[in-house]
Amino acid sequence: MAKRIEVSDLNIYYGDFRAVEGVNISIEPRSITALIGPSGCGKSTFLRSLNRMHEVLPGARVEGKVVMDGQDLYGADVDPVDVRRQIGMVFQRPNPFPTMSIYDNVIAGNRLNNKKMKKSEADDLVEKSLRGANLWNEVKDRLDRPGSGLSGGQQQRLCIARAIAVEPDVLLMDEPCSALDPISTLAIEDLMTELKEQFTIVIVTHNMQQAARVSESTGFFNLNGVGQPGRLIEFNPTEKIFSNPDEKATEDYISGRFG
Amino acid sequence: MTATKAPSEPMRQPAVRRPGDRIFAGSAKASGIFILLVLAGVAAFLIGEAIPALTAPAEEIPGGEGLAAYIGPLVLGTLLGAVLALLVATPLAVGIALYVTYYAPRRIAAAMGYVIDLLAAIPSVVYGFWGLAVLAPALRPFHSWAADTLGFIPFFAGPASTTGRTMFTVGLVLAVMILPIISAISREVFTQAPALHREAALALGATRWEMIRMAVLPYGKSGVIAGAMLGLGRALGETMAVAIVLSGGAGATLTLISNSNPSTIASNIALRFPEATGIDVNTLIASGLVLFVITLGVNMLARWVVNRRADFSGAN
Amino acid sequence: MSTPTRIAPEAPARPAGPVRAQRRLPRFAPLGLFLAGVALGFALSALSGFSIPTAVVYGVLLGTLAVYVASRAVEGRRKATDRLVTSLVTTAFGIAMVPLLSLVWTVLDNGLPRFDAAFFTNSMYRVVGEGGGAYHAILGTLVITALATAISVPIGLMTAIYLVEYASGRLKKSITFFVDVMTGIPSIVAGLFAFALFTLLFGGGVRLGVMGAVALSVLMIPVVVRSCEEVLKLVPNELREASYALGVPKWRTVVKVVLPTAIAGLGTGITLAVARVVGETAPLLVTVGLITGTNLNPFDGRMATLPVFAFYQLTQPGTATQAFLDRAWTAALVLIILVMALNVVARLISRFFAPKTGR
Repeated sequence: MAKRIEVSDLNIYYGDFRAVEGVNISIEPRSITALIGPSGCGKSTFLRSLNRMHEVLPGARVEGKVVMDGQDLYGADVDPVDVRRQIGMVFQRPNPFPTMSIYDNVIAGNRLNNKKMKKSEADDLVEKSLRGANLWNEVKDRLDRPGSGLSGGQQQRLCIARAIAVEPDVLLMDEPCSALDPISTLAIEDLMTELKEQFTIVIVTHNMQQAARVSESTGFFNLNGVGQPGRLIEFNPTEKIFSNPDEKATEDYISGRFG
Repeated sequence: MTATKAPSEPMRQPAVRRPGDRIFAGSAKASGIFILLVLAGVAAFLIGEAIPALTAPAEEIPGGEGLAAYIGPLVLGTLLGAVLALLVATPLAVGIALYVTYYAPRRIAAAMGYVIDLLAAIPSVVYGFWGLAVLAPALRPFHSWAADTLGFIPFFAGPASTTGRTMFTVGLVLAVMILPIISAISREVFTQAPALHREAALALGATRWEMIRMAVLPYGKSGVIAGAMLGLGRALGETMAVAIVLSGGAGATLTLISNSNPSTIASNIALRFPEATGIDVNTLIASGLVLFVITLGVNMLARWVVNRRADFSGAN
Repeated sequence: MSTPTRIAPEAPARPAGPVRAQRRLPRFAPLGLFLAGVALGFALSALSGFSIPTAVVYGVLLGTLAVYVASRAVEGRRKATDRLVTSLVTTAFGIAMVPLLSLVWTVLDNGLPRFDAAFFTNSMYRVVGEGGGAYHAILGTLVITALATAISVPIGLMTAIYLVEYASGRLKKSITFFVDVMTGIPSIVAGLFAFALFTLLFGGGVRLGVMGAVALSVLMIPVVVRSCEEVLKLVPNELREASYALGVPKWRTVVKVVLPTAIAGLGTGITLAVARVVGETAPLLVTVGLITGTNLNPFDGRMATLPVFAFYQLTQPGTATQAFLDRAWTAALVLIILVMALNVVARLISRFFAPKTGR
């Protein structure tokens, strides 16, 4: 559980277009790493390259190394499907499976992969995951109801429960609160601080206060201009980024003097 | 994500794919290719079975004057009926589409569209029954009137049929059958006419008709043309309704109202094929090949118009 | 006709104001005038020996004319043209209703006399006059249509999956284009194709149920592909991503997430495709033929099918002509009922299998 990810000299391409270049970063286990930056700076692309989700788009590829506890995620014989089982992901918009009940949504990762489970094991896993996502008390009486009947914040926590039910080492979150109201956002942020006891968490956010509230380290992505690749400008402990950043561009961005 | 390792791109991943993925993607692709093969097969087998008729001496072809003399009048008949159907159906279909999209009361417009679509659901053999039992007798007075008063036009040259089972009646039956096709496509393009243009026209004080003329019709024109061509394709290939209604002779005449109409390719096949043997079968298949080529051409043209329009409409 | 941009109509003597009151016909005047015109038309028709068609034609013409003239006089030319077009498009819709109603009425009227138990339980085996039924033909249609569905759905669905989930570039474009072209193949040509194919395989003169199923498949596959493709495109990409992120391979994602999400639309599309081919006559005429007895084995000789049965009962009546015609019309009625039932089923599928929101 909870592994360290070392990224070195990572370039990400869509076809011939270089979307992100030269990223070197070390993501610590049992902590929250936040990625901030303006729109289109490649932070989401970078996040998706960590569990090879960007490969879903045709023509996407990377150069460089992503190593998780000694294992090269882009090694020649590595199956991207296995990578995604170890590195889970939560998306911007809550996306529970509309054809499945709350119960089935939580164990979807196992069911979809045809993993045989005893009923009692499945029950335990559902309860554990929903408790882990702070959702158990709200839904325990209606586990057989469709997941799409929940509120937006509940749906997002259901998606988190679904992601942690496959017991990954790392949890990637792509702007998980941007579609939610402030109260639901707070619930998710509380959840993240609990989850970091067990998982390595990387979160992309537009909300700098959120990054400041929840993360230990923060990376700032930026790009020089339209059509230019995005780059990691600065990576430091969150406190330092928000009080005394090394780079001028970072300071401009967090103080709102940007663009 | 194909794993072609070019020397210039040293880091390109050889994508690892699971056996399940490979099998599933492979069979999906195979299905797609299979469809292309079927279409090629349709052409190839028709040509294969038509060759004996193409090479046979002229005397052996039914009629005794060769393949062209046999198929020619049928092509004429096919075109006559289909074009007549198109001329009748297109204005009606555009009117219906306008009515359903811009005139009918909102609450029942969808239901009215559905009722028109029901016309497309009725099997063609039933249209044939109806044409024979209802429409042909009902049009008998028109036939004799047309022969008397419009006889100087080649299309209405007498003597008028006494049964009403003429190319004119066939054309009207075909018109009813292709009506839902043309009106469905017209309806679709009319509803897609940009609301901005429509509202701008209304804001300028245009009446509803002026709004339609300024903002809807120019936008929907190519869609209507494409729909009409698809309808034409359907009318060209329609078999049973023609086979049942038309009581045709041989000869290549233009008249729509007498008994000397040429038959159509499709109905000729349907009526003669079950009893045909030997070279007759090959001749009929050769005529089917001609029909296939004609409809293929019309449909490809229609699709081309549709696709060209899709490229420019800015949808998606 | 005036240019549409000329806003100010006649009546210049009106006082200028921000909103000038338009002279308009009272609300029910157009309808009243129209009905008056219709009444006049009926009267005119009665003078020249009353008949319903002439009465309706005269009535609609005069009614439209009355509205146009009145509107022209009171409301001006632009408004009158608008009303004229309104009449025209409404009439167009009305004209389209005539054949539909006439057809349904005729089929009911002629088909109901033999719509009895015997029709559904007897075949035509050794029947030369009255009696008999379409038991054999109905079962034959079901067998051949089921076989055609069994051929078309896997191929059509897999092709749709290929187009939506996998394909790109030239192959995708050409498959899409040729599937569109294939929807326009005349049904008789599909029949000839099946005939030519099986003639090459089994020699001349062969007639089999499965030939009909192959011919119907040629017509059905493109319909299945198009409708399934449209439905699969509607499945949100987010669901696919959610599944990938759980470490689910792509093919399992398609089978277990995409297809179940789209199941309602797929069911509707496939049912409508079945409805489209169930009434096809021409391809069966040249491939399956007709027999009087019951044959349920599509790999063994000729079979009876409902549309072909109807066609021959009508066009080749035996000595007891009326009995044959009655059976023909009843077969047509059953055919229409079958197609309508499939349409209704398609609607029910889309209603009941749609993903539940649970709220």
